Amino acid sequence: MADEKKKKKREKEASITPKITMKEIKRQKTLLIWSAVFFVYGVVFCYLPLGGWLMAFQKYKPKTGILHSKFVGLDKFRTLFSDPQFFRVFRNTLAMGTLNLITTFIMAILFAILLNEIRGNLMKKTVQTISYLPHFLSWIIVTGILHDALSSSGSVNELLISLGFIDTYIPFFSIEKYFWPIVAFANCWKETGWNAIVYLAAITSIDPSLYEAASIDGGGRWAKIKYITLPSIRPTIMILLLINIGNVINAGFEIQYLLGNSLIVEVSETIDIYVLRWGISQMDYSLGTAAGIFKSLISIVLIFTGNSLAKAFGEERLF
Amino acid sequence: MSKKKKEEEYYRPKKKHLSGWDKAFYTGNFIFMLAFVVITLYPILNTLAISFNDGIDAVRGGIHLWPRVFSIKNYQTVLGIQGFRTGAIITVLRTVIGTLTSLVANALLAFIVSRKRFLFKSQLSAFWVITMYVNGGLIPTFILFKYLHLTGSFWVYVIPGMVSAFNVLVMRTYMQGIPDSLEESAQLDGAGYMTVFIKIISPLCKPVYATVALFVAVYQWNAWFDAMIYNRLNDKYTTLQYELMKLLNSVMQQSGSAADAAATQGQAVSPQSVRSAATIITIVPIVCLYPFLQRYFVTGLTIGGVKE
Repeated sequence: MADEKKKKKREKEASITPKITMKEIKRQKTLLIWSAVFFVYGVVFCYLPLGGWLMAFQKYKPKTGILHSKFVGLDKFRTLFSDPQFFRVFRNTLAMGTLNLITTFIMAILFAILLNEIRGNLMKKTVQTISYLPHFLSWIIVTGILHDALSSSGSVNELLISLGFIDTYIPFFSIEKYFWPIVAFANCWKETGWNAIVYLAAITSIDPSLYEAASIDGGGRWAKIKYITLPSIRPTIMILLLINIGNVINAGFEIQYLLGNSLIVEVSETIDIYVLRWGISQMDYSLGTAAGIFKSLISIVLIFTGNSLAKAFGEERLF
Repeated sequence: MSKKKKEEEYYRPKKKHLSGWDKAFYTGNFIFMLAFVVITLYPILNTLAISFNDGIDAVRGGIHLWPRVFSIKNYQTVLGIQGFRTGAIITVLRTVIGTLTSLVANALLAFIVSRKRFLFKSQLSAFWVITMYVNGGLIPTFILFKYLHLTGSFWVYVIPGMVSAFNVLVMRTYMQGIPDSLEESAQLDGAGYMTVFIKIISPLCKPVYATVALFVAVYQWNAWFDAMIYNRLNDKYTTLQYELMKLLNSVMQQSGSAADAAATQGQAVSPQSVRSAATIITIVPIVCLYPFLQRYFVTGLTIGGVKE
């Protein structure tokens, strides 16, 4: 359905675009000049850095520059793949990315459905407004808040002790097994309300007569959610899942960088931090770039895999 | 109208006849929402309370929603840190200049690629969509900025991020919804493309402009990574969030920070309480503004997210 629509739209657009003639060029002079400006800007700031990928195949030295550095083929990639640290950061990135994706998705959908069930507009509005707030806070602030809440004298330890669950405080940031859940929780805390916006919009656009019909047929609340709400927002869920699947590999820099410490570095370091550490701090630009390229490739593979999976299951897809 | 209302009344389940299950559900849902609100707001209110509490006293812990020993020393200390004052000015500047330039650039590009007759509209669109998925990465970008003398300057915050493909797509979708007849009739009257853009399209695009402006402004306000990478050695161009990060690090390591220096000089502050005050200062403008812009980002997200 959607494909046909898109195809038709594309055909319609193609028929409207005029042929390149002198007259048309003259008529569109302003548009052409400005688009040239944007083209040059895009080449410089978005495409020129891609040329920097050459560094990954060189023994890059800042003195000699990209043009005159010695090419070493795939040496840097060999170094990269034989580095046990790199596999560790790769695993961490994928694990945290996947965990974040799943938890934030489930939380946002659950929150949207439950919020929709609230009676009373004022309460609904208030809860929703409050739920957006954390999205606007920077990761620095969120990390600071987390650090306060989970510190030895923080509110979480205080609560657990007063409820009698533990006798002495838990040093959350020194124990490896807590780190991934903390990061996932922080992502949920920050983004649940924001991510729910799209689902709420999709839910409110569902035809109310569907629910009425279900009521008449004796469908309860659960049946309505299962047979009407969820199927109606499925295209939205799928499209957002597709957009975000490519981001699994981007799943973390700021919070891991800010919260990571030497005690938990085995589980906290991600590819981005690895790139930063090798590239900027250790000045091995070539190795850092190679790691960056590897990341981009994985990201592209993920997007295409997600897209073809969606195609296989007959769902809406990105391209 | 009244008939519709009557119909609604007819179909709506009567509130008085709630079954036991319904009651349990509504109670459960209420508790869930309450827990959600508490978990969202408590940490922020707690930070607020600590920021107004005497720093040395706060170290003892046990402060919840209200300061125990009231003090404004923390705020005085924060405002006394030179970097924080510079950071505030730079952050305001980059938010204002960055948002304005980015808005103009994105709107103009969206205008161009949304013109049906434009010769290269699909090529130019594809050119920008690709940038959403592929980028050079940190190090090539860093080296490029160095070549362009953007590192160590204010403009590194404004120029490189001026065009964002995602925002352009959101604006393009909105502009495509505007009837062509408006443009055509203006052109019959002799208006050029610039006049159409400024006088006809832009006034109709206010909601989507507001959305994009909000996205960019929040990004600019919260940015710190560019300050750390490109202006590490340049205190002149530090930002609020970068200063906040330094304070956060000093709390984590508990050593050698401006706040500690102040504390040892006998002022009643601690790194944590100073950081709380700094956090509140950076949050206040956001908290005051975002509830009023709600409808804009809701429309913006639904355009960009659902339709793509």
